[in-house]
Amino acid sequence: MNVLTQNFSLYGKGLWGTVQLTLLAGALALAVGVLIAGFRVSPVKALRVFGTAWVTVLRNTPLTLLFFAVLLGLPRFGVVLPFMVFAVLALGAYTSAFVCEAVRAGINTVPLGQGEAARSLGMSFTQTLSLVVLPQAARSVIPPIGSTLIALAKNSAIAGSFSVDELLGTYKPLNELGYSIVWTFVWIAVGYLIVTLSLAGVFALLERKLGVAR
Amino acid sequence: MPAEPLIVLSGVNKHFGRLHVLKDIDLTVGRGEVVVVVGPSGSGKSTLCRAINRLEPVEAGTITVDGQPLPAEGRALARLRADVGMVFQSFNLFAHRTVLDNVMLAPLKVRRRGKADAQRKARELLDRVGLLAHAGKLPAQLSGGQQQRVAIARALAMDPKAMLFDEPTSALDPEMINEVLEVMQQLAEEGMTMVVVTHEMGFARSAADRMVFMADGQIIEDRVPEDFFTDPRTDRARDFLSKILHH
Repeated sequence: MNVLTQNFSLYGKGLWGTVQLTLLAGALALAVGVLIAGFRVSPVKALRVFGTAWVTVLRNTPLTLLFFAVLLGLPRFGVVLPFMVFAVLALGAYTSAFVCEAVRAGINTVPLGQGEAARSLGMSFTQTLSLVVLPQAARSVIPPIGSTLIALAKNSAIAGSFSVDELLGTYKPLNELGYSIVWTFVWIAVGYLIVTLSLAGVFALLERKLGVAR
Repeated sequence: MPAEPLIVLSGVNKHFGRLHVLKDIDLTVGRGEVVVVVGPSGSGKSTLCRAINRLEPVEAGTITVDGQPLPAEGRALARLRADVGMVFQSFNLFAHRTVLDNVMLAPLKVRRRGKADAQRKARELLDRVGLLAHAGKLPAQLSGGQQQRVAIARALAMDPKAMLFDEPTSALDPEMINEVLEVMQQLAEEGMTMVVVTHEMGFARSAADRMVFMADGQIIEDRVPEDFFTDPRTDRARDFLSKILHH
């Protein structure tokens, strides 16, 4: 128990790092994921090909490998950024592939006639998607995106191995200070639960709110 | 014969896989004309209707609307579609929007009208189809007949040059068919150019200027309703009429 009380600021710093990584990478993943889903259903072949390639590459690459690629690869092209930013990019890009597929599954639940009606009224592809299809897809997309973001919160632990402050990484200094490894990890687990259960709560709320219409 | 052609199809061909659904279709619809398309199921009449605003792409032939050839995709096609109203068998009202929003959405976003202006027009049209009292409801709260009348109002809100009806009453309970046909009848009387795919022969008889009979992807007869109903030229048409008129 005293491992928590005596190292509250260290735990707090780690938790804050995990929260930051989750929120920033989550926002990036949502924005990019929705965009790529739009690419994958667009009438332009080049965009569809790009979208498919994006998802295939990122979904099938181990996240640790992706971290190496971003952290070691980008500096070779002269892109030098704080490790925290690199970690957000890697996590965001990786998660965007899963968000894209969840959104695409949601798009497929909207009856074809909805898009046809929108197009028959003269709406462009972007208008059809943003005004008619996506709002109706949202409801069925909320639960899988919730799961994806919870996975993201836990995946952010990998950033700790690349010297970014986050929750799991706090075990190293605590271990060196000789605290019980079991209790160290128990409090780390509690930290993750705080993040993931909060996410689950937000998504349950969203689901209830979007579920009313129709 | 009509003075000015509005919709012209010439040499239109389309396949679904190996099935040849439209075979060398030539059809001209004059401004203000009401053309009713009939035929057995699978004859290609719905595909024909959907091809006119390119919801179904065609492989060969040209389709022009008001002198403009139908563009392939993109902005020009969207502009052309905005000028041609379409009413579907399954209504296809936007399920997440209220009745009023359904009618206002395209005028706001496609025609870029002002909100007050679009709303006034939408209310006018809803009043005309007898549904102003339901303006704030969601589509799922209306009956099929009411939904279809909203769909007609939604298409009219774009001030279309022509209206396409793809079996507008086929998904309706019998007691709701008339309320939709009455709205269509009124439109026809006001001089709207209409292409109507339907099985409602009463409507065809009273509203159509021409009857087009299709079978196996071809136009077999194209005549005034009186002649078509009393004296069909082909066996196919005679057979079709005998099946649907006496049952």
